[in-house]
Amino acid sequence: MPTITIASSSVEVNDEGFMTVYDEWNEEIGTALAANIGLELTDGHWEVIRFLRDDFASQGETATLRRVSNTGGMPTKSLFKLFPKKPAKKMAYIAGLPKPHGCV
Amino acid sequence: MTDLQEGLIPNFDDEETDRKICFICSKGNLDMVYPALVMANAALGEGIETHIFFTFWGMDIIHDTTVDHLKFTILGNTASHMPQALGGMPGMTAVATHKMKKQMEDLEVPGVREFIELISDAGGKLWACKMSADMMHLTEDDLLEHVDGIITATEFIELSDGAQVIFT
Repeated sequence: MPTITIASSSVEVNDEGFMTVYDEWNEEIGTALAANIGLELTDGHWEVIRFLRDDFASQGETATLRRVSNTGGMPTKSLFKLFPKKPAKKMAYIAGLPKPHGCV
Repeated sequence: MTDLQEGLIPNFDDEETDRKICFICSKGNLDMVYPALVMANAALGEGIETHIFFTFWGMDIIHDTTVDHLKFTILGNTASHMPQALGGMPGMTAVATHKMKKQMEDLEVPGVREFIELISDAGGKLWACKMSADMMHLTEDDLLEHVDGIITATEFIELSDGAQVIFT
């Protein structure tokens, strides 16, 4: 596993750049990861990121888009607006979580 | 930012992809509907331009009065894992349909009406076939509000130019 330095922290990532250690993440890192992919985080983004972090802690896997909209209460439309094109992967990347594996 | 880091940033927006996928849904059986909807939804999640063209019995999927009553029939699917002889018995379609809906629900897969809404919200385009609408005497008012329009076969062929087309 490669190790990179981001927001002055040293973190482990997989070969695609997704963080692999849940506890190595913090909000400064999240901000830096978002900047890496051209996103500036607003309150709307943070609401989603925090939901993903909490949900992963309780479920042990990254929430799918449907779970974020159903359980987290954030409409699908706004997820596509906040994280254009590939919302599920972008959200997971910024939140320091693995890509979601669910089909829906 | 170090060079190492540069190499480890996922390429989400990569180049502007011109990949485009079109599904043609020609059957309204529950077991024919889900594969297209699941794949269309997955394509949208990957940022791919996605269209679904509903034609013939596929119109039931976007028809307001039929969408909640799509069925899974044993006789309509010889690979249903159930004896074909059961298929003609009264009540078997209801049992099979109920079972399939339950299985989908257990996987947190939405019902068809909600799935259509989800796909539309994700930016998918939903088209009804003009000839089928004429044949069934349907207008846009009879269809789900998320349907983008009623178009002819020729119009669909035009809009699917350059797309990967999947017939279900």
